[in-house]
Amino acid sequence: MDFEKLRHGTELIKRGFASMQKGGVIMDVTTPEQARIAEEAGAVAVMALQAVPADIRKAGGVARMADPEIVQKIIDTVTIPVMAKARIGHFVEAEILEALGVDMVDESEVLTPADPHFHIDKTQFTVPFVCGARNLGEALRRINEGAAMIRTKGEAGTGDVSQAVKHMKQIMGEIRALSGKTREELIMVAREIEAPIELVVETAKMQRLPVVNFAAGGIATPADAALMMRLGADGVFVGSGIFKAENPEKMAKAIVEAVNNYDNPAKLAEISKGVGAGMKGISADMIPVGEALQERGW
Amino acid sequence: MVFFMKIGVIAIQGAVSEHVDALRRALAERGVDAEVVAIKHRGIVPACSGIVIPGGESTTLCRLLAREGIAEEIKAAAAKGVPTLGTCAGLIVLAKEGDEQVEKTSQELLEIMDTKVNRNAFGRQRDSFEAELKVEILDSPFTGVFIRAPGIVSCGPGVRVLSMLDELIIAAEQGNVLALAFHPELTDDLRIHHYFLDKIFNC
Repeated sequence: MDFEKLRHGTELIKRGFASMQKGGVIMDVTTPEQARIAEEAGAVAVMALQAVPADIRKAGGVARMADPEIVQKIIDTVTIPVMAKARIGHFVEAEILEALGVDMVDESEVLTPADPHFHIDKTQFTVPFVCGARNLGEALRRINEGAAMIRTKGEAGTGDVSQAVKHMKQIMGEIRALSGKTREELIMVAREIEAPIELVVETAKMQRLPVVNFAAGGIATPADAALMMRLGADGVFVGSGIFKAENPEKMAKAIVEAVNNYDNPAKLAEISKGVGAGMKGISADMIPVGEALQERGW
Repeated sequence: MVFFMKIGVIAIQGAVSEHVDALRRALAERGVDAEVVAIKHRGIVPACSGIVIPGGESTTLCRLLAREGIAEEIKAAAAKGVPTLGTCAGLIVLAKEGDEQVEKTSQELLEIMDTKVNRNAFGRQRDSFEAELKVEILDSPFTGVFIRAPGIVSCGPGVRVLSMLDELIIAAEQGNVLALAFHPELTDDLRIHHYFLDKIFNC
């Protein structure tokens, strides 16, 4: 077989990778040991970080891409895919992560943005990207830039699911509102939400985002994860919620099982028993104005 | 009473809706009335005339298939001759033996096919690719979508090799069981789903 005929990094290959994550839980980890715990619990992928969002929030200062050594060690430890975060607009961090062999880059508002106007042109990469969004316009702008997967922004590092709920309901509601509209009405919507017309039309027709849509930002318990699935998420990211919990092993396993049984309250009751306390967290209302991570990104 | 045939897609995780859609479209093309069901829990597999194990993360799939009690049901069904299709992670799940990566994570493979697999034979996501493939059962090339794809490194005499790429077996069949390293459900080409449906309706 002529290997020159292999087509790498196509939209189908990038979006296909995201499809394989559906129905799964992606967990933030900062060490190989944590990565092993996540894999053992049944995570579909891990997000390799220098610090979980709760600690990034606490530490303050400029948050950047993780040390490549940490990312490399985690890649070498697990068999499941490894993702890592690059700053918004920092295409060189993304190139470094791609060179390391990271399977997906999260262009993330959890890190300090590197560009006040532009996101990374993700179409130029072989590695697929996931990006955060709070509403349909933001989601479609990211997809237009080449994102292969969308996640709600929520409010990372809080352990308060309310913002993820808000963003998921916002996106789902906006998609529902597109149904029944004529093409000219959809063009008007596209102008209002600052999104490309063809993506708005495609979304209206499919009645869902054209790429996989995960929930993220504040999920801390099995019930939170199930809630997000009930609201239509294709899967969940759990950041600080696992390794800031009293018993990470139990919490990780319980959240994986909760995502698989999200529509079965009796089973969820069993799964939630004795998992120990969730992360302490902070109510999203208590975040001072201007310090909310979800405000980052354009 | 109308006999309603059921085809089950294991819905633990991964490209479930894509397989459900592909099967429904293929059934519609044939004008056949059969139900396609997504299976998350035990108790449904025994009622199915065909089973699909989709792509996803094999480590996660194996864990949850065992925890949910579906693993034993699939083994029993496949042993009874129920047509079973595994794609990508599904090819790993069906195998008898894994590589050291599979061993490392102590995945419980279903051991339905007499095959030995390499979990990420084609590398990480940056190595993922599309390519035109020659598949024994099809008369023209098929677009293979390989995502962190596995490969079969060796197989027993009862296994028929349907396609190879760079020394690795990427499609194989053992009686009623069909395994693919790539994802036909991510393309619009339904020929492989039709081949699988032929197995169901001709048995």
